[in-house]
Amino acid sequence: MRYSALSVFLNGLRGNSNWAAAWRQPEPKPHYDVVIVGGGGHGLATAYYLAKQHGIRNVAVLEKSWLGAGNIGRNTTIIRSNYLLPGNNPFYELSMKLWEGLEQDFNYNAMVSQRGVLNLYHTDAQRDAYTRRGNAMRLHGVDAELLDREAVRERLPFFDYDNARFPIKGGLLQPRGGSVRHDAVAWGYARGADERGVDIIQHCEVTGIRRENGRVVGVETTKGFIGTNKLALATAGHSSQTARMVDMTLPLESHVLQAFVSEGLKPFIDSVVTYGAGHFYVSQSNKGGLVFGGDIDGYNSYAQRGNLATVEHVAEAGVAMIPSLSRVRVLRSWGGVMDMSMDGSPIIDRTHIDNLYLNAGWCYGGFKATPASGFCFAHLIATGEPHATARAFRLDRFRRGYVIDEKGQGPQPNLH
Amino acid sequence: MASLIRCPHCGARPKEEFTIRGAAVTRPQPDAGEDAWYAYVYLRDNPMGPFDEYWHHTSGCRRWLVVSRDTRTHETYGVRDAAAVAGESRS
Amino acid sequence: MTAYRLGQGGRIDRSRTLGFTFDGTALSGHPGDTLASALLANNRLLVGRSFKYHRPRGVVAAGAAEPNALVTVGSAGRREPNSRATMVELHDGLRAESQNRWPSLNWDVGALNGFLSPFLSAGFYYKTFMWPASFWEKLYEPFIRRAAGLGRASYHADPDRYEKVWAHCDLLVVGAGPTGLAAALTAGRAGAEVILADEASEPGGSLLFDSASVDGQPAGQFATQILAELATLPNVRLMTRTTVFGWFDDMVFGAAERVSRHVSQPLPGQPQERLWRIVAKRAILATGAEQRPLVFPGNDRPGVMLADAAVSYARRFGVGVGRKVAVFANSDAGARTAASLQAAGINVVALVDARVGHPAAVTVPRIFSGGVVSGTSGSRALGAITVRHAGGEDRFEADALAMAGGYSPRIHLACHRGGKPRWSDAHQAFLAPEGLAGLTLAGSAAGARTLGECLSQGAAEAAAVVADLGHTGTAAQFGAVDGDVPEGSVRALWHVPGGKAFVDFQNDVTVKDLGLAVREGFSDVELAKRYTTTGMATDQGKLSNVNAIGILAEARGVSPAEVGTTTFRPFYTPVSFGALTGSSTGHHFQPVRRSPLHGWAEKHNAVFVETGLWVRSSWFPRQGETHWRQSVDREVKTVREAAGLCDVSTLGKIEIFGADAAEFLNRVYCNAFAKLPVGKARYGLMLREDGMIYDDGTTSRLDENHFFMTTTTALAAGVMNHLEFCAQTLWPDLDVRMASSTDQWAQMAIAGPLSRAILQVIVDEDLSDENVPFLAAKTVSLFGGQLEGRLYRISFSGELAYELGVPAGFGEAVADALMEAGEPHGICAYGAEALGVLRIEKGHVTHAEINGTVTAEDLGFGRMVSQKKVDFIGKHMLEREGLVDAERPRLVGVKPLNPEQSFRTGAHILAKGAEATLENDQGYVTSSAFSPHVGSTIGLALVTRGPDRHGEEVVIWNALAGETVPGVLCDPNFVDPSNEKLHA
Repeated sequence: MRYSALSVFLNGLRGNSNWAAAWRQPEPKPHYDVVIVGGGGHGLATAYYLAKQHGIRNVAVLEKSWLGAGNIGRNTTIIRSNYLLPGNNPFYELSMKLWEGLEQDFNYNAMVSQRGVLNLYHTDAQRDAYTRRGNAMRLHGVDAELLDREAVRERLPFFDYDNARFPIKGGLLQPRGGSVRHDAVAWGYARGADERGVDIIQHCEVTGIRRENGRVVGVETTKGFIGTNKLALATAGHSSQTARMVDMTLPLESHVLQAFVSEGLKPFIDSVVTYGAGHFYVSQSNKGGLVFGGDIDGYNSYAQRGNLATVEHVAEAGVAMIPSLSRVRVLRSWGGVMDMSMDGSPIIDRTHIDNLYLNAGWCYGGFKATPASGFCFAHLIATGEPHATARAFRLDRFRRGYVIDEKGQGPQPNLH
Repeated sequence: MASLIRCPHCGARPKEEFTIRGAAVTRPQPDAGEDAWYAYVYLRDNPMGPFDEYWHHTSGCRRWLVVSRDTRTHETYGVRDAAAVAGESRS
Repeated sequence: MTAYRLGQGGRIDRSRTLGFTFDGTALSGHPGDTLASALLANNRLLVGRSFKYHRPRGVVAAGAAEPNALVTVGSAGRREPNSRATMVELHDGLRAESQNRWPSLNWDVGALNGFLSPFLSAGFYYKTFMWPASFWEKLYEPFIRRAAGLGRASYHADPDRYEKVWAHCDLLVVGAGPTGLAAALTAGRAGAEVILADEASEPGGSLLFDSASVDGQPAGQFATQILAELATLPNVRLMTRTTVFGWFDDMVFGAAERVSRHVSQPLPGQPQERLWRIVAKRAILATGAEQRPLVFPGNDRPGVMLADAAVSYARRFGVGVGRKVAVFANSDAGARTAASLQAAGINVVALVDARVGHPAAVTVPRIFSGGVVSGTSGSRALGAITVRHAGGEDRFEADALAMAGGYSPRIHLACHRGGKPRWSDAHQAFLAPEGLAGLTLAGSAAGARTLGECLSQGAAEAAAVVADLGHTGTAAQFGAVDGDVPEGSVRALWHVPGGKAFVDFQNDVTVKDLGLAVREGFSDVELAKRYTTTGMATDQGKLSNVNAIGILAEARGVSPAEVGTTTFRPFYTPVSFGALTGSSTGHHFQPVRRSPLHGWAEKHNAVFVETGLWVRSSWFPRQGETHWRQSVDREVKTVREAAGLCDVSTLGKIEIFGADAAEFLNRVYCNAFAKLPVGKARYGLMLREDGMIYDDGTTSRLDENHFFMTTTTALAAGVMNHLEFCAQTLWPDLDVRMASSTDQWAQMAIAGPLSRAILQVIVDEDLSDENVPFLAAKTVSLFGGQLEGRLYRISFSGELAYELGVPAGFGEAVADALMEAGEPHGICAYGAEALGVLRIEKGHVTHAEINGTVTAEDLGFGRMVSQKKVDFIGKHMLEREGLVDAERPRLVGVKPLNPEQSFRTGAHILAKGAEATLENDQGYVTSSAFSPHVGSTIGLALVTRGPDRHGEEVVIWNALAGETVPGVLCDPNFVDPSNEKLHA
């Protein structure tokens, strides 16, 4: 059923009783061409593009919980392509371009909202780093502007300019950055994939990977054995656990990142803003809540929850940036488990097993990458070759010394 | 774990006093070979369950500690001075 | 509905009157009122508008769960949107405004959405507004954003103060209702350290309105008596207005105390709010239970409220919620409510009991057994209700409807650490997870149904806890409870079919919306929540979640147990940014570090700059200098031609001692240190294990077993942690100890051809090149033996230069003396900017170049990396392909072809004639400055094969600044390449 203003109107007249299910609830078939483990954003997007771009429709997405239960349902909804390094920059720009046409492409309004992403700077050194980054973006045709203090003040007059411990000196703006209704991304991809024949199987946990003659032949699941020609892992947050099923150890630690939403407010802040003198970034959802976050708690965790000290640090940085936030109330916090890789960048690659493919290590960047991740992973699975924009995301880059380290922090995951 | 750490030297102290480094992995011998060094620097078991992690009591006794805890529940079941742990693994 | 102040009763102080305004209208109430009770007493029933359809809404609850009565209180920096009127304590001069309505609460244009409601079903916005794509940001979204949201936040800074504290106790009791009081009394008597926290202004919980009596005393009086005894126990701390909002690891609880929220100005010497981190050995949740609304057509009309709220308004606040009150229940709570209201003198016109065969023990004009409310009417407030029953339908006048849909234990805190709630058919409710270490629940939070059970459970749980903690004590005993009416059997009644029945009041989620979600595939409770937004309002579904789960269960044909709950997460109720921030605001966001030479720099008119936590002197303008460049150029020239003094105290300084100190340094630096002679300094390069440069600095050997290390300012703390890591975890067998002495030394660089002569004035030893050659490091006597200092002949500027360290307290005096000694030689103070120019002119690197992605080879230090040492940090990853790739960007100088042109740091380098694409990117400028010596802007850059390309013309590309500057690559050492001046 095609969604449109007309369909909403006509169904409304009929009491909304005729809407079809957005996706089927199929039982698994005994065998698929491709099985994707993980029904989060990346897994669903991969299935969608496998079907749509490559005509591979005999595909199952196995999700141990509900559809979109992973980090696609637990993030701060920001999209941007303001990356520094050539290994990242074209990939995230591909993602941005896919975001820009996504809703028309999959006929679902995910509220892709390009209201700008502004990174504030407070020192000359930060300005210089943003100059380098902004120019790297411009070299690839990505939009970037360096704002001075007055230009920032004009956009955001209620920030602290005069009484701040670290005065705002300016910012790097990507006007095309913004936010997206995160759950709707999962739903849009799921609906689009389902429509093209992909089986999305919820509450189906993979418990083992069966190999014969050095190749994967299928997966053991809580719904029985499912055979497959190719197996694709998209279980960021738990990648080390799924990789362990084939005795792989990955260059990853799992960490918890907390995020927050305030009570609903009338329009307060229009764009996404990151603070440069503390760990804080904020945007406002269409529902009115300020969606914000900071840094990871710093310790290895699979618990999907963090601790109060981090909550306080984030709030402190928020009020340092916007003093009037003091009287706004924080409604809810949540924690997502992330694959923190050894260089802060992701992995989309083949593995030592011929028909096993890996998508992992998304660190803080998983949500914004969703379309390109699915697109490039599908390309790799379908063609056996990495997509041009994702060829730096190789698993062997650590051993070979070609890390993609945006922050220059080296092999300590909690610093990325 | 993660709200209060029971430092063996200072007692229960809040997380804010500590710096966390990551998995408590053992540095190979200089001649251990490329694979061992690559694994040490880059690969992590990243277990779901019991886990040893390096924490530094930065705003306290400034000792490095091995905090043993469960990554699923955050339950801590041991905090030891890292030098003592290194001594044990050597002997 | 006509609400009114009862002639008597309640815990308000009728002898005093408080004036307040609501939407500009002057009204009055009494001390003890909440804003909600005062509004009801003034017959202000319409208090808010719902989120989506802007439907008129009235007060539903009497406590923290209120979804409808959200108002904005205060003004300017004290403006507080979304305040629950049920939790706002009335005070004189309180100004409250309704929200989410335009132009007024009575006439709200947004209510037109109600007519569109057939088209605004759950998730409708995912299905439309897609074409044309550009219209989303321009048209649809701005409209949606303006319509959405609740209150308006202030843009003014908050004038008030907040603070944070830790508290420790044996037992934390959350909730000071009957259960909590019994628990605190038991533990308190046993001598345990007890904190009893309650979110309300007055402790007592349900005892404040319960019509039962204990040992012959009315419930309220009983509470007063227990509180009086608790007050005599010094080991019990009662904290009112304190909401325990989260349970974190290691038995840390977060709590927000609203210290001054109940008055218009903060109390003298008190903060507005105080954040408590309570470390408890044990905790008892005595948080009570939330009464659930019933879901029936028209259940959102102002005048429909929770039964316990109606009783609470009557008995605690002396307010009748209506002149003709009907009661609708699915348990004996209906009869209990009717009796309580009647006892308070309120006219009850009907009792509708959804159950059949449960005769009510009250006398009410209309009693419907097996009936349900199937409709309500009235324009902006309830006027009549329709009851559907076995005999048909009855419609009659009622101006208030008290609904009792069963109880949901308040288990939120118990679920904050990952435990899953359990459905109980017996309770028709979710109970707390099992097996919680350190935390137990008691009373109605644990499913108890009578006051007597609450008292005995609270006391018994506390007795068990204190015994466990080694105290001796017995459970407090209380007299018989009289008038306790248990709920009896509860009929599962998740919704009454018919018209628009609301599940989530604030977000306007109806039964139909949930049904649609199930039909469309969003039947998992998490998906249904996200698709319909049920439970996502400011009350986080306190009233709606369980009803939604029941409705989903029915639609799916399974039990609520199978549907399960969404995840309970902090915060129990919303917490202000102010409380979470405490005193870390404005200038106090982070501490300020000042150099011991700060005062000296101030005397010389320094302009300061933030560098991390440090405040550093940046340049020193003199009279007539109007632009910073004039000052910096002068300072640079003075250093090159005469001498200058610069404060370098912010560099990290570490004293390293021990018989193995040399060996230790040999392992942490990539270059050799083992054989550094006593009295010598050496430049050292520290790598990370991945082979990239971590930090640099000089380390001097002051004695056989005593070294002094300097680090960069930025990594002073990081290097110290790193050294401790190496010493303690990698090589604990080495005899080495270290201490940071960054704050103990005032360190100044004296640089320039005349520096020796100036320094000699205060240094007792002979400073000749023979006696103090380049890289000498020694303790020296100053001022004829009055002071000892440490002198290092090292140079960042390329000039003859020294660094002198003196104990921090003497720093300013020594700097003054040097300036005086240097005056005849033309000495000047120079700051971080000039220091930067001087080092760029010499091609010296800082963290602008050491950016975490460069190797020693990249910066021209390849030969420093020891080939002999068997081990040092970073050795074993150095040979990797990517680290020895010939195409790596490496350090090179760059200057403009035309000296009149300038460029900036962060510009990229393109080959001459190459198209500006990412593929053609060859590197970037890491540092740049105007060099008075060269006479143009110069820069350091990391450029592919840079050192092999000296003399090559390139393009310095900065699209952000609109600058494309032809440049030339060159030797990064722009001044005195043979280093003659250094060795002078």
